Amino acid sequence: MLAVAARVLAQLRRDPRTLALIVGVPMLLETLLKEIFAAPSLVFQHVGAPLLGLFPFVTMFLVTSITMLRERTSGTLERLMASPLRKLDLLGGYAAAFAVVAVLQASAVSALAFGALGLDVSGPKEIVTALAVGNAVLGTALGLFVSAFAETEFQAVQFMPAIVFPQILLCGLLVSRASMAAWLRWISDALPLTYAYDALAHTASNTLDARFAVDVAVICGCIFLALSLGAATLRRRTG
Amino acid sequence: MSAIRVEHLRVVRGGNVVLPDLSCEVPGGTVTGLLGPSGSGKTTLLRAVVGVQRVAGGVVEVLGLPAGSPPLRARVGYMTQAPSVYGDLTVRENLRFFARVLGAPASAVGKAIADVALADFADQVVNKLSGGQRTRVSLAAALLGEPELLVLDEPTVGLDPLLRRDLWQLFHELAAAGKTLLVSSHVMDEADRCDLLLLLRDGRLLAQDTPAAIRARTGADKLDDAFLTLVEA
Repeated sequence: MLAVAARVLAQLRRDPRTLALIVGVPMLLETLLKEIFAAPSLVFQHVGAPLLGLFPFVTMFLVTSITMLRERTSGTLERLMASPLRKLDLLGGYAAAFAVVAVLQASAVSALAFGALGLDVSGPKEIVTALAVGNAVLGTALGLFVSAFAETEFQAVQFMPAIVFPQILLCGLLVSRASMAAWLRWISDALPLTYAYDALAHTASNTLDARFAVDVAVICGCIFLALSLGAATLRRRTG
Repeated sequence: MSAIRVEHLRVVRGGNVVLPDLSCEVPGGTVTGLLGPSGSGKTTLLRAVVGVQRVAGGVVEVLGLPAGSPPLRARVGYMTQAPSVYGDLTVRENLRFFARVLGAPASAVGKAIADVALADFADQVVNKLSGGQRTRVSLAAALLGEPELLVLDEPTVGLDPLLRRDLWQLFHELAAAGKTLLVSSHVMDEADRCDLLLLLRDGRLLAQDTPAAIRARTGADKLDDAFLTLVEA
């Protein structure tokens, strides 16, 4: 697993532009978010922290679904499937490597938001950053999983709007879950991002109760589940 | 003893029967050439031997075990037809990664690089290399971990004659050390460098013998002509 993680990080080091985009884009978006709600920005104070935690989810989902597809089309996956490497080690290695990048990404955007942009939360800021990293790993795990269903890059990028957007619409960020129709709430209940958003909102309002613990448990569970499903869909033998 | 034993192998890919019913054997400690035109099923047979090909029937046994079974994964080296290495890593980084995956010692990396004559390019990024050099990186990755069986899919395509000669010499040195090599090619002039030949066409085995025996049987001087005689027989 460490071999895979080290290799993925070495590849990312060779591609500084991608790294710059991963770290820079959330910072740019967070700045835009602050600017569109002119001062005194109550809305920014309200959605700033949750969005800070959700950006990494989106970028990592996209990056990993493409990376894994590249592994598949370049033939290296076939080589690895013929080798003793365990499938969960391959995906775990990817998740670990992108978690390292996520720490970089989340730290940078947190520093900007809590510093220059003047974002304030009632709860501990470190937990917001930690949740951002957790969400990035969740995005990584989901990206790795869905890449199994993409045959081309065109299909892979379409999974972003297909899998990520509904979760953003239903997680409670735009419309509170309480005011959703029952059937929408049921769907919302089944989506991992709902729990990620809830955890971030609880941190922002400093209500770290049992519900927060459930949220964190669900996020961790979903990461593990997506990685396991991803490993299960990897085939050593193909047609 | 047979390193590879294939019995009544049937492979269907995307609705097409690629190998209808193929049986062959590869003795240990030899360089066996798998020859045939493009589309004859060479890659499919090699993939079945490595255990990455879904098969519809038959038996493929490698080193006494069912092809693809977990204990074989460290004992079989596989080079795919398209170079399967990471383009954005250097030669050394690529090999170091595959060595770790195989549990091969770090010293194996330098040896594999030397074996394919890439020492001067070891720290270059693979994407900057020529096609032939990339092929050799892929071959080096298959050599790591001293596998008992090497399955090489067109390892010498696009290489200059000098290098090809050196690689075939390397293959024979490995065979002399007890390894088994199954090497595919669509170039008949490589057939003479093999101990044994499997001639494949349209998924069927035309012949399975030494180059000399195939010549004698067909009365042809060149293996190219022998192939024609066998096709038309």
